Amino acid sequence: MRVTALTALWRRLADALRDLAPIILVIAFFQIAVIRQPFPDLAGVALGLVCVVLGLALFVQGLELGLFPLGEAIARAFVHKGSAAALLAFAFCLGFGTTVAEPALVAVGDKAAEVAAEAGAIAGSEEARNTYAFRLRMVVAFSVGVAIVLGVLRILKGWPLHHLIIGGYALVTFMTLFAPDEIIGVAYDSGGVTTSTITVPLVTALGVGLASSIRGRDPMLDGFGLIAFASLTPMIFVLAYGMVM
Amino acid sequence: MEFVTMLLQTGFGTLFDVAPIVAVLFLFQAAVLRRPVPDPGRIALGFVFVLLGLTLFLVGLEEALFPIGETMAVQLTSAALEDTASSVVRWDDYLIVYAFAAAIGFATTVAEPSLIAVSLKAEEVSGGSIAANGLRIAVAVGVAVGVALGCLRIVTGTPLPWYIIAAYAVVIVQTFRSGRNIVPLAYDSGGVTTSTVTVPVLAALGLGLAASVPGRSPLIDGFGLIAFASVFPIMSVLAYAMAVSAIARLRGSKRE
Repeated sequence: MRVTALTALWRRLADALRDLAPIILVIAFFQIAVIRQPFPDLAGVALGLVCVVLGLALFVQGLELGLFPLGEAIARAFVHKGSAAALLAFAFCLGFGTTVAEPALVAVGDKAAEVAAEAGAIAGSEEARNTYAFRLRMVVAFSVGVAIVLGVLRILKGWPLHHLIIGGYALVTFMTLFAPDEIIGVAYDSGGVTTSTITVPLVTALGVGLASSIRGRDPMLDGFGLIAFASLTPMIFVLAYGMVM
Repeated sequence: MEFVTMLLQTGFGTLFDVAPIVAVLFLFQAAVLRRPVPDPGRIALGFVFVLLGLTLFLVGLEEALFPIGETMAVQLTSAALEDTASSVVRWDDYLIVYAFAAAIGFATTVAEPSLIAVSLKAEEVSGGSIAANGLRIAVAVGVAVGVALGCLRIVTGTPLPWYIIAAYAVVIVQTFRSGRNIVPLAYDSGGVTTSTVTVPVLAALGLGLAASVPGRSPLIDGFGLIAFASVFPIMSVLAYAMAVSAIARLRGSKRE
């Protein structure tokens, strides 16, 4: 058991090294061929790369050991319990809870407040900016909660994903016509920053677990798609926020 | 010593980020499900691995990749500017920037941990008919194309919605032309490309570019690269699936 875990980790290390090779190549190429300036702090960079490789290997091993089985076990437990209300409440909490503390979102919120102040949409004072950034974060976290609820509901009901997503695109397009210019870039970007590295494996395992334990659902067809909702609803909610503010 | 403090700081940061997830899981496990999780020791070990791995990964990125990525983004955008004598912006003055954007978009996506997670799951669920590495390369190609176009948009100053809405239109057409099975996975791959590794590098690139191109404001024009990096992978994954099934059909018809 111990030996197999070690060989698995060893293989992960080799994989991680291969995953990072493109980044190293790209940086080396542009440094040598284009920028042609002395490379700063080579030792620090080498140490950093060792950390990245080790970290990636551990992360992937941890996924297989912990996050994937846990997501699937929870999905099975909910199906076994048979209460849709409890499952949907869980879905909302998972979406909201994982997004509200997301560092990338905090950064985007602050940036957005700066843009809004620049455009004259809100007062330039620090207080006004902080309120704006905080509300924006809440809006995005709420929208991700709604996204996971919608996505889980879709798995339960077996609705085809593309109808909902294409409908969402149409809504985004329509709202873009009426939203103030300064919110559009922020809104479009907010869809991409909501899904963190720990949420994604957990939510994917949850979706696949639900779809494989519910009779009549296909894991490939119904299990994926939760992340797609989590990238779409923030755009809609942030556009709406920009229109209301 | 500085390195150790940084390691500890990031470790606590990661722990803090994971806390809400663990809290939600525990709450529902204790209050609603009340059913023992199979093999809790193994799962706890997995969580420890994930936390440790993510911490090391983030510290390494912070130490090694982000400073270089940011410096290079600034150096390349300003180098492109120095070559132009006039103040008129021409889109082809920035060819090297587009090349760098595409290359770094591809490379960071290949190393993106969330994408690794989804592609492993996809390979498992599809019974191997979707290869994890093929999927990741397809997504990375999408990000590369998207980010290069996104830089072109910043240089030309054309409105973001035109590009994104046009991309949606292509995705919708592709959706109706590809196999049903791949569509949910393709939609998901849009959302997973942009996290730990890609977002900071892209943000630096967008802001650097918008700051150095005359007439662009980093505040207004710096946004949008992430949106490009989220839509284009959907296209490339759908295209990849269409190509794989077309090749399979060709091989099948040859054998008969």
